[in-house]
Amino acid sequence: MTTFLQDLHKIDDQTGHFGQFGGRFVPEALISALDQLEAEYLKAVIDPKFNEDFQNLLKDYVGRPSPLTEAKNFSKHAGGARVFLKREDLNHTGSHKINNVIGQALLTVRMGKKRIIAETGAGQHGVATATAAALFGLECIIYMGEEDTVRQSLNVARMKLLGATVVPVTSGTKTLKDAINEAMRDWVTNVETTHYLLGTVAGPHPFPTIGRNFHSIIGVEARQQILEKTGKLPTAVTACVGGGSNAIGLFHPFILDKDVQLHGYEAAGDGIETGRHAATLSGGTIGILHGTRSYVLQDENGQTLPSHSISAGLDYPGVGPEHAWLKDSGRAFYHPITDTEAMDGFSLLSQTEGIIPAIETAHAIAGTVKLGKELGKDAVIVINCSGRGDKDVETAAKWFKLT
Amino acid sequence: MSSIHQVFDKAKSENRAVLIAYLPAGFPTIDGSIAIMQEMLNSGVDLVEIGVPYSDPLMDGPIIQQAVDVALHNKTGINEVMHIVKEVSKSGKPVLTMSYWSPIEKWGIDKFAQQMNQSGGVGVITPDLPPDESEAWITATDENKIDRVFVVAPSSSDERLKLVTNKVTGFVYAASLMGVTGTRSEVSNRAEELVNRVRKHTQLPIAVGLGVSNSEQAHEVAQFADGVIVGSAFVNVILEQPNLKDSIAAVAQLCKDFARGVHKD
Ligand SMILES: Cc1ncc(COP(=O)(O)O)c(C=O)c1O
Repeated sequence: MTTFLQDLHKIDDQTGHFGQFGGRFVPEALISALDQLEAEYLKAVIDPKFNEDFQNLLKDYVGRPSPLTEAKNFSKHAGGARVFLKREDLNHTGSHKINNVIGQALLTVRMGKKRIIAETGAGQHGVATATAAALFGLECIIYMGEEDTVRQSLNVARMKLLGATVVPVTSGTKTLKDAINEAMRDWVTNVETTHYLLGTVAGPHPFPTIGRNFHSIIGVEARQQILEKTGKLPTAVTACVGGGSNAIGLFHPFILDKDVQLHGYEAAGDGIETGRHAATLSGGTIGILHGTRSYVLQDENGQTLPSHSISAGLDYPGVGPEHAWLKDSGRAFYHPITDTEAMDGFSLLSQTEGIIPAIETAHAIAGTVKLGKELGKDAVIVINCSGRGDKDVETAAKWFKLT
Repeated sequence: MSSIHQVFDKAKSENRAVLIAYLPAGFPTIDGSIAIMQEMLNSGVDLVEIGVPYSDPLMDGPIIQQAVDVALHNKTGINEVMHIVKEVSKSGKPVLTMSYWSPIEKWGIDKFAQQMNQSGGVGVITPDLPPDESEAWITATDENKIDRVFVVAPSSSDERLKLVTNKVTGFVYAASLMGVTGTRSEVSNRAEELVNRVRKHTQLPIAVGLGVSNSEQAHEVAQFADGVIVGSAFVNVILEQPNLKDSIAAVAQLCKDFARGVHKD
């Protein structure tokens, strides 16, 4: 494993490459804004005032540290392994997304920009961004695929109540991928006054790096909490993977703990073999999407293929470049979870622990059931409970035929 | 000297700017795009850029998005693009392709450059490939004698202009404004300033694109740039026509208007 440690040093945060992955594949018009963002970030991280502001907001506004809850009843269904939930669902606005949003909103203010735009799939990133915009007095435009505005209508109303403008995107597949295209078009036009608050660890450098660093608080806290509760490091940490932000936030502080397994769960929709899925790392190939080189669902002409998942937040044909690198280096493992498996996990956690997870999160729950059975009762597993399921009640009620 | 530079030299000797037309391959149909581009080159256009259709055209506004949707619906892949390049190159005028980076990288960087050469194409415009990521592309294009065109923008620093123009071998594509493709009611006042800044870093010809919508605007641009690039305005008239015959006639008329516009005062 020494080679892995050496490899880790090759992660080049300067140019944003993770091995062959990452980089910047964007129009020249955006380069200056990406450079400005990177420079501001590098200044901010060594500025005590920024660190103090960030930490105070995470504590008093977001409600960090989020608890680590032992799921004793659920554990019986996961091979008897001890299972702990990192409760990002208890953050203000209901998911992990707010960590990165607070960090980038502070950078926006520092850059003197007055307008923020963002894409959203499940609406959680949109809600978090609209929340920060209200707090910091910024104009806020959220791009959301038309299909997602329907399946996550509760969050559309929340964003509007917070004062944001929600623009339904009708081009292409009408989901997250096309919301990102539309946000990029806005950014290219208004880049001098606008910050694009990208909501996951994909996109051009420096987004994957700064998003990961702002979310690393998840893993830093979880590592300390599990040591306090069990006296040792966990056997494995698990998370769902859409673009990969909640997963990398949990994984990253454990990367150097070589005995801790890292497992990510992707949305397999109807099953990878059906072609109707969003499991990019399990079923995709290396290519370019949204300014970065990573695994992508695409055909031999480089055309992006439509993705499918019951979960709007995982319904994306790309994934953050650092996950691509963790996969190829063998440090992390990624597995597909179908809609059906995820919904079983959703109801299992709800009924064993009284915690209704987001459908995104339910993929990690379902994956951990399998992992726990493999690892057995001596294992300790930390799941990133990335969000709460209020937004999904309608979809779940339909799925379980409750209405 | 490359055929692209010959075209710019000739235009200069005629006291005018080069007229460059953009059309997505496979729009309105594969054969239709060939016929329209041939007509363009007969009606005063000096050079054509054939767009490689891409599912996520994030630098394009609604007009070109619509055309690209049609092209993808017509199953225009890279094999079809190369066929179109071959047919249009028979005109004897220089043919370039313009492609987002995803299709080229997936197809194979070497293979793409090689097939361009074999099809008679002379250059490739890569609007979302910054020179910082272009090492393999530079090798492939040099080996296959394909000219490279990179895009610069009003937001580019002088340092970036130097870096980018250093890697160009064809012409420098100056984006006239900050934004996506589409028609505009006026020429951006940032275009001339950008061209003047680019000139400090390179002897290469500079063509201005994005938003040039009519012959008056082309005339304005021709006073300070070496080339004028028109895209959405052509797509617009094709979208308005009921059939290919009318599209060809309308495009020919528009080309003649633009060709009159590009002379220098
Ligand atoms: C609760 C929750 N978890 C996970 C995700 C997936 O995103 P990521 O993979 O970036 O964590 C989302 C995205 O909307 C989400 O809302």
